[in-house]
Amino acid sequence: MSGIEVKNVSVVYGAGTPFEKKALDNVSIDFGSDRVVGIIGHTGSGKSTLAMLLNGLNKPTEGTVLLGGEDIWARPKEISKVRFRVGLVFQYPEYQLFEETVYKDIAFGPKNMGMDEENLDRAVRNAAKFCGIEDTMLEKSPFELSGGQKRRVAIAGVAAMDPEVLVLDEPAAGLDPAGREEIIGGLLEYRKQRKSTMLIISHSMEDIARYADYIVVLDHGKVHMQGTPAEIFHDAERLFEASLDLPQVTKLFVELKKRALAEETDVYTCKEGVRRIKAIIEKRLTGEANA
Amino acid sequence: MLKDITLGQFFPGNSLLHKTDARFKILILIAFLVAVIAAKSAWSFLAVVVVTAAFVALSRIPVKIVLKNLKPLIFILVFTGILNIFFYKGETLLLHWSFIKIYKEGLIYAGFMMLRLVCLVCGSFVILTYTTSPLDMTDAIEKLLSPLKALHVPVHEFAMMMTIALRFIPTLVEETDKIMCAQKARGADMESGSLLKRAKALVPILIPLFVSAFRRADELAEAMECRCYHGGEGRTRMKQMKSRFSDWAFLLLMMVFAVGVFFINGYGVRV
Repeated sequence: MSGIEVKNVSVVYGAGTPFEKKALDNVSIDFGSDRVVGIIGHTGSGKSTLAMLLNGLNKPTEGTVLLGGEDIWARPKEISKVRFRVGLVFQYPEYQLFEETVYKDIAFGPKNMGMDEENLDRAVRNAAKFCGIEDTMLEKSPFELSGGQKRRVAIAGVAAMDPEVLVLDEPAAGLDPAGREEIIGGLLEYRKQRKSTMLIISHSMEDIARYADYIVVLDHGKVHMQGTPAEIFHDAERLFEASLDLPQVTKLFVELKKRALAEETDVYTCKEGVRRIKAIIEKRLTGEANA
Repeated sequence: MLKDITLGQFFPGNSLLHKTDARFKILILIAFLVAVIAAKSAWSFLAVVVVTAAFVALSRIPVKIVLKNLKPLIFILVFTGILNIFFYKGETLLLHWSFIKIYKEGLIYAGFMMLRLVCLVCGSFVILTYTTSPLDMTDAIEKLLSPLKALHVPVHEFAMMMTIALRFIPTLVEETDKIMCAQKARGADMESGSLLKRAKALVPILIPLFVSAFRRADELAEAMECRCYHGGEGRTRMKQMKSRFSDWAFLLLMMVFAVGVFFINGYGVRV
């Protein structure tokens, strides 16, 4: 599987005008392949610019974007091929739906790729399944659906192109907790099956801590930190510098440690938190029983 | 690419033109337009050009920006120029080659026409659009048209619609940009193919755009109702428009100029 990487990229908007702004400043990140990378950063840190670089919607002012070791801008005329290999789901993707039926809307991307009927049908149904869209919904108009369902259809529309890299910009923004779980859970399942790379851009420390194998922290257009979740959340001070926070469960353990109730703070998901707290309680109970 | 649209953009500033009351600016612009269109002789054109240049200088807007906005007009300028050179029938024949006849008067007339267009556009930009915020402009239009209320013309509603339309232009441009990016990410190709193919490629952009425009309109209407908006009846303004002595003087000067142009028309080369 081909990995995706950016090397020394800078993006400058409005060069030469008084509104000149450096959205990304000499950024180098190896996103690798077959894993989930979380990208976090404060508003205006360059996350969305980075996302649009990866599939060639934005051209870097300097530096290169490498997909499978090749510069995606080597042949600018074939940039649309890169867009099929790197799927990008924008924030609030439900506003891009336009077709008469859900099926047709999901098929829009694969059709543009030139997929034949048989493969197209398979791709659409497969993507729909992973995104939690029932068969009965496929013949409905996308405008009849609820907000959460629309979001699923839009994400399925990108997933159906079967990209090697799937970039999701705030996929769960504005959804209820159950909806978040279902959408991201389905996509993770899909990713695992395809062994593709998934990039999740999010504000939510909880989501990132839960799903990501590797985390990139952006701040003011620069890479502030990158590493495994353990490495990132271990250095809370540095995270605070980028106006970010720890996952709430980690914060809980920081407080517990202060009160000498817990020994470690390397807890990043609720599941792990529950396990640790149970262990702590059991230990105390057995301790009391012995005493 | 859509963000490059600057036609009709307001540049905040503190020049004399910025400070002039918007109602007066509309009237000044009308006087200016009359003068530009009435100009017929070399001397009156010179006067018009000088006044236009004076307005550009007064607005303190960089000449570069003003000229940049003439760019989309180049085609029309060249077109009018060529049309007038070839089809104007005068007295002094300069060139005769098969059916093509070029007259000296034609050349002069073409020059005047192009000059007129440039002055028209530059003048109206610096007098009104560049130096007047859209809100001031609609307020001024409402005030100027208010006598029509007696004839039951819904002046306030028109002005409100204009304000809202202007307010939403940048929002819709941004929205279009977003939708275009999203569809491009799904492989939509908008830049190549036949005309029909390109027209078809607009569907995935226009439908979401309309849907979101309607949604926004609904939301805005509800928000306005929540704040008890009920039309223009008995509505007062936060910013009252006050005319100053200088506004009147400015307008008077422009009117004198417009009338003056009719007089100068009698002198110099004319067509």
